[in-house]
Amino acid sequence: MNILADIISATVLFAIPLLLVALGGMFSERSGIINIALDGIMIIGALLGCHTLKWLDPAVTAGNLGSQVAVMIAILVAGVAGIALSLLLAFSAINLRADQTIGGTALNMFAPAFSIVLTWAILGQGQTTMTLPTWVRIVQNNFGKEASGTFGDMLVFKSLYATHFLCIILFAAAVILLYKTKFGLRLRACGEHPQAADSVGINVYKMRYAGVMISGFLGGIGGMSFVFAVGGFQSEVAGYGFLALAVMIFGNWKPWSILGAAFFFSFFRVIGNYASSIPFMPKLSNVEGVTTYLWPSIPYVVTVILLILTSKRSRAPKAEGIPYDKGQR
Amino acid sequence: MKKSIISILAAVISIVAGLVLGLVVVMATGSDAAISWSCFTAMLTSGFSSMAKLAKVLYQAAPLIMTGLSVGFAFKTGLFNIGAPGQYLMGAFVALVGAIQFQLSWPICIIAAMIAGALWGALPGLAKAYFNVNEVITSIMLNWIGLFIVNISLMNMPKMLPPHWVPSPIKDRTASLKYANPDGIIPKMGMDEFFGSPYINISIIIAILFAVVIYIILNRTTFGYELKACGHNRESARYAGINAKRNIILSMCIAGALSGVGGALYYLSGEADYNILKVLQANGFNGIPVALLATSNPLGIIFSALFISYIQVGGEAMQPHFATEVIDIIVSVIIYLAAFTLLTKGLLSKVIKFNDGKDANAEPKPAEKNTGKENGK
Repeated sequence: MNILADIISATVLFAIPLLLVALGGMFSERSGIINIALDGIMIIGALLGCHTLKWLDPAVTAGNLGSQVAVMIAILVAGVAGIALSLLLAFSAINLRADQTIGGTALNMFAPAFSIVLTWAILGQGQTTMTLPTWVRIVQNNFGKEASGTFGDMLVFKSLYATHFLCIILFAAAVILLYKTKFGLRLRACGEHPQAADSVGINVYKMRYAGVMISGFLGGIGGMSFVFAVGGFQSEVAGYGFLALAVMIFGNWKPWSILGAAFFFSFFRVIGNYASSIPFMPKLSNVEGVTTYLWPSIPYVVTVILLILTSKRSRAPKAEGIPYDKGQR
Repeated sequence: MKKSIISILAAVISIVAGLVLGLVVVMATGSDAAISWSCFTAMLTSGFSSMAKLAKVLYQAAPLIMTGLSVGFAFKTGLFNIGAPGQYLMGAFVALVGAIQFQLSWPICIIAAMIAGALWGALPGLAKAYFNVNEVITSIMLNWIGLFIVNISLMNMPKMLPPHWVPSPIKDRTASLKYANPDGIIPKMGMDEFFGSPYINISIIIAILFAVVIYIILNRTTFGYELKACGHNRESARYAGINAKRNIILSMCIAGALSGVGGALYYLSGEADYNILKVLQANGFNGIPVALLATSNPLGIIFSALFISYIQVGGEAMQPHFATEVIDIIVSVIIYLAAFTLLTKGLLSKVIKFNDGKDANAEPKPAEKNTGKENGK
């Protein structure tokens, strides 16, 4: 039973970064900008979030600052850091009409390198691993209860972080923003037919900036939640930004489908991680490297297969990736 | 002629901007400005400081030329081959397996690597042509899948690891070709004595030959013309009777083959063993800046690869004060700026036009207008 609780809570835990980052990608692409820089945005968010946590650590352990308040500050820093990096993409893609994929690739290369250099500078030469303070996780004590070890207890408190609650709020906000507001309608128009949007007085550049910045915010927070999920930060997010893009494509650029896709992918990732302790998985004990290399490849293989299988019904925003030129109507 | 001068100028501007930002980062993160400055100058001069260092620059440039050609060739045909690291890795793997497991000689290993890279490159090409799946996402996934396949295979091939050849406990890398199969090492032709470094071999010459061949294919053959036509506008190419699907797959195959050869050139030197780590090789990714700096011109790629290799060798001189990733920061700035070379080029051509406006006669002007329109898009 315990392994079932483990699998469910881990699936939720890893679905959160995928969901947040994929929603970010959705806002960007719905506005017409391909944001391949999400991987780099996650790294920058995680980097600054982790350093914020480290910086707040003395205050929290001394009892001057509530632990979850500190976590919320770190999450906010991560989101703002993500916005900062996304602005670089927005500038090159919107103002300079540069190739969006190449600009994003540059940022993806910049983020981990910058992260390593900065971490060296702060922690000392050769130090690249950042660990999380123990007070980050929400435990029974936060609610004034004792750990009981029951199934429900294991399920809820095995790995509970502030991002769990934040994710629900952000998802609801994203759905409402995209479908129930004027802003969302305008954003979608810019991704489908920017010329038409412009002709009715919508500022395409502004909307696209907004789309990319929302994706930066969600991407940065997603990076932080990834760190919560794996328990530490080593200047990389294991290609999660790209997996999130695949989740977004698989979710057909729609929030509810993305929610399903995120859980689906996360489930495969968790199966990959727990494969060696799941009874019905083959053991392959005479093969070396199964747990380090074979099972972790499952989510990537599933991604490729699913992308191919679902490509027929996939419908991308029509104007994504095409720079908008005001003079060309 | 003028067009190529502008391209070179744009590349130089990107490089200078990248280096300046690198300097800022080094100055900002270093504890002592004097040390930071000396590290930075060491990075800039290290490549020419001795014949041995120069040999290393040339040795590392060879795989970069190949991956640069791979990315550049795909760019010319309208595809973004971010799968170069995976294809490079597959080439390296097959070359090493050929050399160590099957004791083949180096030319056969290189050809095997070429085929392996081509097959790995064909996968995203097939997905793109028949299912219209974005090649960028599939390529990135295939990079990781390739890494997992290669690592798990090597871990389970005892003949590939050092203990099989020399008494050694090391099991996290492939056996050195010096012990396993000297025939598998790319010949040095006496260059090692001339440079005083074991790194140098004829791989740089092989890579330059490939660059020339690709240049000829792209610019002097019907096949290359068709590929470029597909890159410019797929619909109109199809209207002109060009088989777009076939061309997507073929150009991804060729791009993959080039990366595969790159992996073989690097690992068949006898000086590099493949480390079984959960990290993708930087040589594959660095094909992207190499191609962008040269605006995908195969002959320009030779020089941009030499440059990237030069600052990478320089990056080693910055240790232990700074992480070598400072170089990645510089390179990323170069890519970022190269992404909007169109803009810098537009500005440059305005400046240059202004300078020689007097002696220009009426004839070249329409041509300039044309390029201006292309840039505007």
